[in-house]
Amino acid sequence: MHSFGYRANALLTFAVTIVALMCAIASLSDNLNTPSPTAEIQVVNINWFQKQTHGNDEVSLTLNITADLQSLFTWNTKQLFIFIAAEYKTPKNALNQVSLWDAIIPAKESAKFSIHTSNKYRFIDQGHNLRGKEFNLTLHWHVMPKTGKMFADKIVMSGYRLPEEYR
Amino acid sequence: MDWQGQKLAEHLMQIMLLASAVVAFVTGYAMSSFQMMMLIYAGGVVLTTLITVPNWPFFNRHPLNWLDPSEAEKHPKPQVAVSSKKKPAKK
Repeated sequence: MHSFGYRANALLTFAVTIVALMCAIASLSDNLNTPSPTAEIQVVNINWFQKQTHGNDEVSLTLNITADLQSLFTWNTKQLFIFIAAEYKTPKNALNQVSLWDAIIPAKESAKFSIHTSNKYRFIDQGHNLRGKEFNLTLHWHVMPKTGKMFADKIVMSGYRLPEEYR
Repeated sequence: MDWQGQKLAEHLMQIMLLASAVVAFVTGYAMSSFQMMMLIYAGGVVLTTLITVPNWPFFNRHPLNWLDPSEAEKHPKPQVAVSSKKKPAKK
């Protein structure tokens, strides 16, 4: 502490150490939040359903997505990444996941939404297992914090079924 | 800056930084604003810098009092004792 430079250096290093500590506690404080998100997805229409020339099934859906994810936001949340995956079982694979739609939610104000959309990414099966297939639509989310630990969870919505015939 | 001043500067720095961190965190958490926390803490760091880094007069209130040179001459510096085993210096 005997010179200007020594004092400046000591202050800076101690200040930055405390910033790291504050960020760690801020990340820990996310655990105090118990979120209660809700989501509902309706398949409004099967736009078309066909077998591609090389044998894979492809279907186009129109979805109505309603969700309230505001409770996922805390003071340490930068943004949310959410995606909807169609999940189903085939004889070959116990779990198939096909991402149909995704979004980045940058603010709590836009975390309560209702959107009417066709699938953003193509719903193609690796094979021809989709006729009459029961599937789940799962809303996955990743909470991206300003500092610290990233959280991820999902809501599974079941009871959807594809038609028995191509159209 | 004298010895007492250095001790005071170090303690002041640690206490002020910790205090501003606590105030910043509580305010930021209460207002749900990470940005507010960082702004308050940055303000605290700037204030602490202004108070503890420059060599202010109040860090120099305990100057070291050196002995007067005439006093030092009356009490000469003790000579290093020459060990008996050492060879006498050649003349």
